[in-house]
Amino acid sequence: MLTKEQIAKRIAQEVEHGQYINLGIGIPTLVANYIPAHLDVVLQSENGLLGIGPFPKETEVDPDLINAGKQTITMLPGSAVFDSAQSFAMIRGGHVHLTILGAMEVSEHGDIANWKVPGKMVKGMGGAMDLVASAKNIIVAMQHCSKDGHSKLLPTCSLPLTGIRCVKKIVTDLAVLEIDPEGGFILKERAPNVSVDEIKSKTAGKLIILGEVPEMQFD
Amino acid sequence: MIDKTVKNVADAVKDIQDGATLMMGGFGLSGIPENCIAAILKRKIQNLTVISNNAGVDDFGIGLFLNQKMVKKMISSYVGENDEFERQLLSGELEVELLPQGTLAERIRAGGAGIPAFFTPAGVGTEVAVGKEVREFNGKLYLMELALEADFALVKAWKGDTAGNLIFKGTARNFNPLMATAGKITIAEVEELVPAGSLDPNQIHTPGIYVQRIFQGNSYEKRIEQRTVSS
Repeated sequence: MLTKEQIAKRIAQEVEHGQYINLGIGIPTLVANYIPAHLDVVLQSENGLLGIGPFPKETEVDPDLINAGKQTITMLPGSAVFDSAQSFAMIRGGHVHLTILGAMEVSEHGDIANWKVPGKMVKGMGGAMDLVASAKNIIVAMQHCSKDGHSKLLPTCSLPLTGIRCVKKIVTDLAVLEIDPEGGFILKERAPNVSVDEIKSKTAGKLIILGEVPEMQFD
Repeated sequence: MIDKTVKNVADAVKDIQDGATLMMGGFGLSGIPENCIAAILKRKIQNLTVISNNAGVDDFGIGLFLNQKMVKKMISSYVGENDEFERQLLSGELEVELLPQGTLAERIRAGGAGIPAFFTPAGVGTEVAVGKEVREFNGKLYLMELALEADFALVKAWKGDTAGNLIFKGTARNFNPLMATAGKITIAEVEELVPAGSLDPNQIHTPGIYVQRIFQGNSYEKRIEQRTVSS
């Protein structure tokens, strides 16, 4: 099983040179730590920044400079700041190439739920609905099962949806999976020391296995 | 130049009445109109409709209004940092309209720009789409969303001049410039108020035409929600 850091590390392998990328809160934020230094990419923050830099040193902390998770950040050379309408114009307009976000559930058709548990928890969708409706490539970072052991990869989502038919790839603590356009989770890679049978038993939606499933590779 | 200055914050908010619709700038606690919030809290205005991306935290920002039960309805995109908000929402005391953040931003922009409605892909196939017109353009589905306006827009800028021109700093800009355009009366509080002519016209983010009242705020706390530092 992968740690959160390892999930982030595996997702970082999907990043390509020249991309503008939006990272969601939680595991996706960690992806920034593992993007190879030789790739030039720009991280977008939905609250109005292109060019997110590392967390500040104690003496550099600026309350007027935060990311979507309300963490204090810095700006890299070449950054730009803008208002919220401009931020979502670049998101909806398809200018952001890659979106990485967390989820509570994903369906075998690529539907995603991540903003509400009726009667229990209402945090709101924030920018997630705009992002999943518009990004060309959407990768979900999440645990394969919920804390009480239920599969989060389902035939259909039971929670209120954030977006429909939008997720392309899922990286969990157990596996890398792609959504089949016809419906189903195509098992592409398994975590080190995790068997195909274990993934099968923990995937409630349709799991598609095409030949030998390789183990994930980490440098 | 038309002078937009008012004496102080009490003067700026003195005619906000019970039942008013307020837009309030900020993302999290960054760029919120702290002085206006304190003055409205003092006046104990009731039944407010508040349009703001977030709802503050339990003891700061819009959270202070919620504690005093001053808010009838919130229109927001993310409210996850405020337990009292979640409690009032789940118990039905507070009416809440949750919107995708880009939809919220664009509805405000449209309100200020004379665009009554627009189509967006955000929320198609979700409960956000319930009751809204869905139309297909080039093979993709979109929702019709309506413009938002407010009786008062309360915005916070870094610098401003007596003509109402505003300059924002960093990510404290967020919703502030949009809301400035969509208030029937826009009240701007700034960290530094300078005479008209002192700011470079090329650097203005919000032209003074959108601002009816401006004052220099004081004692900004600028609370940080998630102080995160590198070693």
